[in-house]
Amino acid sequence: MMSAAEFRRRFLRDPTAVGAGIVLLALVAMAALAPVLAPQNPYDPMQLDIMDSEMPPSWLPGGEDRFPLGTDPQGRGVLSTIMYGTGISLLIGLGAVAVQMLIGVTLGLIAGYRGGWLDSLLMRIADIQLSLSTLMLAIVALAVFSAAFGPDLYSDLAIFMLIAVIGVAEWPRFARTVRASVLAERKKEYVDAARTIGLSPGTIMRRHVLPNTLTPVLVIATIQVAEAIVTEAALSFLGLGMPATQPSLGALIRSGFEFIFSGAWWITFFPAVVLILLILSLNLLGDWLRDTLNPKLRRGA
Amino acid sequence: MSALLEVRDLRVAFPRGRSDEVFALRGVDLSLKRGERLGVVGESGAGKSMLAFAILDLIQSPGRIAGGSIRFDGQNLLAMSEREIRRVRGKRIAMIFQDPMATLNPVLTIGRQMAEALEAHGRISEREARRRSVEMLKAVQVPQAEARYDAYPHELSGGLRQRVVIAIALLAEPEIIIADEPTTALDVTIQAEIMALLLRLCREREVGLILITHDLAVVAEVTERLMIMYAGRCVEEGPTSEVIARPRHPYAAGLLASLPGHTEPGARLTQIPGSMPPLGALPEGCAFRPRCEHAYARCHLERPELEPDLPGRRVACYLPLGGRT
Repeated sequence: MMSAAEFRRRFLRDPTAVGAGIVLLALVAMAALAPVLAPQNPYDPMQLDIMDSEMPPSWLPGGEDRFPLGTDPQGRGVLSTIMYGTGISLLIGLGAVAVQMLIGVTLGLIAGYRGGWLDSLLMRIADIQLSLSTLMLAIVALAVFSAAFGPDLYSDLAIFMLIAVIGVAEWPRFARTVRASVLAERKKEYVDAARTIGLSPGTIMRRHVLPNTLTPVLVIATIQVAEAIVTEAALSFLGLGMPATQPSLGALIRSGFEFIFSGAWWITFFPAVVLILLILSLNLLGDWLRDTLNPKLRRGA
Repeated sequence: MSALLEVRDLRVAFPRGRSDEVFALRGVDLSLKRGERLGVVGESGAGKSMLAFAILDLIQSPGRIAGGSIRFDGQNLLAMSEREIRRVRGKRIAMIFQDPMATLNPVLTIGRQMAEALEAHGRISEREARRRSVEMLKAVQVPQAEARYDAYPHELSGGLRQRVVIAIALLAEPEIIIADEPTTALDVTIQAEIMALLLRLCREREVGLILITHDLAVVAEVTERLMIMYAGRCVEEGPTSEVIARPRHPYAAGLLASLPGHTEPGARLTQIPGSMPPLGALPEGCAFRPRCEHAYARCHLERPELEPDLPGRRVACYLPLGGRT
């Protein structure tokens, strides 16, 4: 075990980790404070003027100071939509990983601790789940949902749908890692000792084994947030993700895509830069965590 | 006074292949009176630790208890439901393991793990759990008990950790403590201290002790009765001082002769020739026969049972040293 002070010392000594941490913190702060900081609320149609559409960034000819990064075809400021969109992307990423962890950690614990046929069954289900591409699964599921619910209801529910679909599709990563840790931990004497003081198997799993498996879970969670955000961006880019009224970063990239050739590159370019920064900082932090906490662990178990 | 713990003909089996089984315990008898201290001695693999786990019905699958009975305070532990037997574990029979680092969970504080031992057997407030735990830490002579309560295991030395483990075992005021090589993982200088502490606490609180070890010197100091195990069976049993002074079973004699201090000063220490056969390939007749210099025809054919010998003693041998009684 590493003390908190040692952890901090190692973090501060690694310029990559510090840099990634600062970028991530800035992006999270920007998203969290969007309602306060953003020049305009892109969700409020009253604040939008179609006459402002497709304005270039303020430093280019035709730009205005009101829209530092220009506007999109609906007259929304790109800066404001990015600030709100980053929040939506992060929310979906964190939500999906929460779902993955809930399912994956629970099933992994059960599989590892109980063993036997239940273990085999759960792990085969995990194998099947992993053999289906997340993107493919999500496309099918979301297409079915949007057809079943109709576009209006779907756009209200889209954020929950995305969290659920990405969450369910990726649980085996956590399940496999946790199961492997549990198999190693359950042989240790403290588990026997816990049994000799009369604790029930459920209590031993929750209080003793689970905390000892959380290090790899933390590492994977960081990387999985990045992957969930990318998956969501890809789905939104394909038009199956967030609706244009509540755009995520992926939806923003898509909304500007058709205007690139007419010269309005900024609508796509700036959200893409933010997306890359977000994913890069998450991945760098995840890699750093992995190397620091457990050099033996490899990505995706 | 009848025995508090009475183990009869206990057998533990592990599967080998599809239909075969290997017995790790092949019919062990054991009895312990209230407050009595019993030593269980034998080589690695003789089944000592298996016996400890079997008494608490904690044999892990695929192993199983294949026969016998364990009566504790008049109740058969093997007939109890899992829920009922959990009330005995820790509460009435506690266990101490060899390696205190491995026994304590590295990610939980000492206090959490102590409180847990109390919470497992009835509701208790956090303050009360803390008060009783700190009191117990003081009883096992952990300095700065208050501060240690909030410490993590890695912040303590090996000796302190084993004191904590002993404290956890004593917390629920058990009637019997099973200590499985409690000092083996510690420095020699600490070993004596911990053993003396364990002995004193058991005496003061009238706790019965089953001390599993391969250290006969420790057994001689701490226990009243001694049981010698070989290949999953008890081969000799009796009052500790008598067994050590006058072993009857050739294996017991061999163990004693291999220890310094039990032979003439200046004489060479002897070792028992050969090694214990694997449990899956025990010889016909007496399991010790291949290593025994006194073995004769009958030892090849029949297995000697543990039978009364000298007063208060039992031995499983056709030719006990010093002649038959």
